[in-house]
Amino acid sequence: MAKYILKRFALGIVTIWAVITITFILMHSVPGNPFATESRKIPPNIMENLMKKYGLDKPKSEQYIMYLKNIAKFDFGESMKSDSETVNQIIARGFPVSARLGLQSILIALIFGPALGAIAALYQNKIPDYVAMIISIIGVSVPSFVLGSFLIQFVATKVEWIPIGGWGEFRHTLLPSFALAVMPLARFSRLMRSSMLEILGQDYIKTAKSKGISKFAVIMKHAVRNAILPIISILGTTVSDLVVGSFVIEKIFGIPGLGQFFTTSVFNRDYTLIMGVTVFYALVLISAMLLVDIAYMLIDPRIRLTKEGH
Amino acid sequence: MSDMTYTKDMFQKVKRESYHADEIKRPTIKYWADVWRRLKMNKLAMTGLFILIIMGIMSIIGPHLSGFDYKEQDYSQVNIRPNSTYWFGTDELGRDLFSRAWLGTRYSLLIGIAAALIDFGIGVIYGGIAGISSRKVDAIMMRIAEVIYSIPYMLVVVLISVVFSTAGSGTSMFVLIFAMTITGWVPMANLVRGQVLQLREFEYSMASESLGASKGWILRKHIIPNSFGPILVNVTLTIPRAIFSEATLSFMGLGLQLPKPSLGTLANDGLAVMPIGLFYQILIPSILISLIMFSFNVLGDGLRDALDPRLRK
Repeated sequence: MAKYILKRFALGIVTIWAVITITFILMHSVPGNPFATESRKIPPNIMENLMKKYGLDKPKSEQYIMYLKNIAKFDFGESMKSDSETVNQIIARGFPVSARLGLQSILIALIFGPALGAIAALYQNKIPDYVAMIISIIGVSVPSFVLGSFLIQFVATKVEWIPIGGWGEFRHTLLPSFALAVMPLARFSRLMRSSMLEILGQDYIKTAKSKGISKFAVIMKHAVRNAILPIISILGTTVSDLVVGSFVIEKIFGIPGLGQFFTTSVFNRDYTLIMGVTVFYALVLISAMLLVDIAYMLIDPRIRLTKEGH
Repeated sequence: MSDMTYTKDMFQKVKRESYHADEIKRPTIKYWADVWRRLKMNKLAMTGLFILIIMGIMSIIGPHLSGFDYKEQDYSQVNIRPNSTYWFGTDELGRDLFSRAWLGTRYSLLIGIAAALIDFGIGVIYGGIAGISSRKVDAIMMRIAEVIYSIPYMLVVVLISVVFSTAGSGTSMFVLIFAMTITGWVPMANLVRGQVLQLREFEYSMASESLGASKGWILRKHIIPNSFGPILVNVTLTIPRAIFSEATLSFMGLGLQLPKPSLGTLANDGLAVMPIGLFYQILIPSILISLIMFSFNVLGDGLRDALDPRLRK
């Protein structure tokens, strides 16, 4: 098992290295230099100083090694467009906001998604099933930006207690967390329904029933616990989808999260910030996937056995 | 016992041709005809297919129906709500939203289908090669694919659009599709590889191999045709994903080049005027994109059910 974890860990490092390298190559293949796009003309001596400040006067290979070294120290450099802040400071300011939004959403999705799917499976082809499946098909089909703007139009402008945008108190987080949660919630419930249906037909469920265990105990102890495994396996990619969703949701609700900084950095062509945030996101996502994989393995003994068998 | 007596004249000789008890009386249903028959029974999937056909037709003829060009600006007709002249209203530059909405549908569909087809092409080739290669080559190829796939998809798309677009003018459709397919082909490759590994163990593949068929022949004649079903389902479900990514990207302002509209850019324009009470401008592209997503999703689900031999009656 330790061997498997080590292998996954090594793969994660390779992936992060690949992201850093790709980001570096892409950002340095943009024609012209990053300061030239500004409207005002920069005198040559100032330009030279600027290039020196960001290490752009050195050969590319040297810059690349410098960049790798700095990332290893978690130093993403200085923002090119905002004079007062380093990329680290911007991440430190934006990430907690985004993380809170993301965690609240995934919590909502994890509480209601599997429950909805389990109910649908238990009442297969009956009204609760149809209701649950309609909810989840709408959830999968309506993009988060559509849902977000509809929530503003029909909830935030009508209910006084719920603000249209901004950030700070708990009530600010309600609508954006919900808007972000709907897509994973729908996906979880669909997955839960099909895996639950498969498991309810298994022999061990019949055995449990014939032993005279209460229906509730059979469902909770035997069916749900097994049916929830596929959901854990897609948690990693769900986190990655949440990040994408957060770009949009933060924009609609005016939330000062990392997604906002990323989008503005792209518009401002703030290359150090783009690179820094990209690599940071990659670090977060790849660690999340790694953790999910390890957790999955610890929970499901069948996986542990097959992995060791290799 | 009954007291009925059997006499010889009650019997007659059976003609030879009516002996064939194993003769197939009903017309045989070809595999795909059977799939289609079962798909037709799925009302939700057929609704999806119907909506898609309508939207496909409208995306071709829609922009020419209202008589207004999609980029023609008329400052005397700004932000007009839907009426009999402007069926979907006009935007803040006085452009006809009916033409723009259907043109946006056209680009969204084109991007989705193109991205899915490219993913399909690369996935089939890569997955097929990995599947029929030796274990070592297979392991290396799958590791590479795994690394590519764990690179967060949207970050790559954003980076590529940044590099290949000039500031403020958006991205060309080609770059957008390219960016989306960089990591998008991996699930397809995984699927094809899995199918190949499974199918090449089947008796007919082994029979073919023992008759001296080459790997390429087995791949082309036995494995690809037989894995076509799951692949088709995957393509159907990749299209809405690509459309969703494009819309999200456009909504963030990184989408298609101006003045070409996509459903995402239209929604983004709509969001800007939503606070001043012009909700219809975001409503229309939102409905269209949700309909597309819904239709592809239910069609994909329906196809999966229709192709599943366990659900066959």
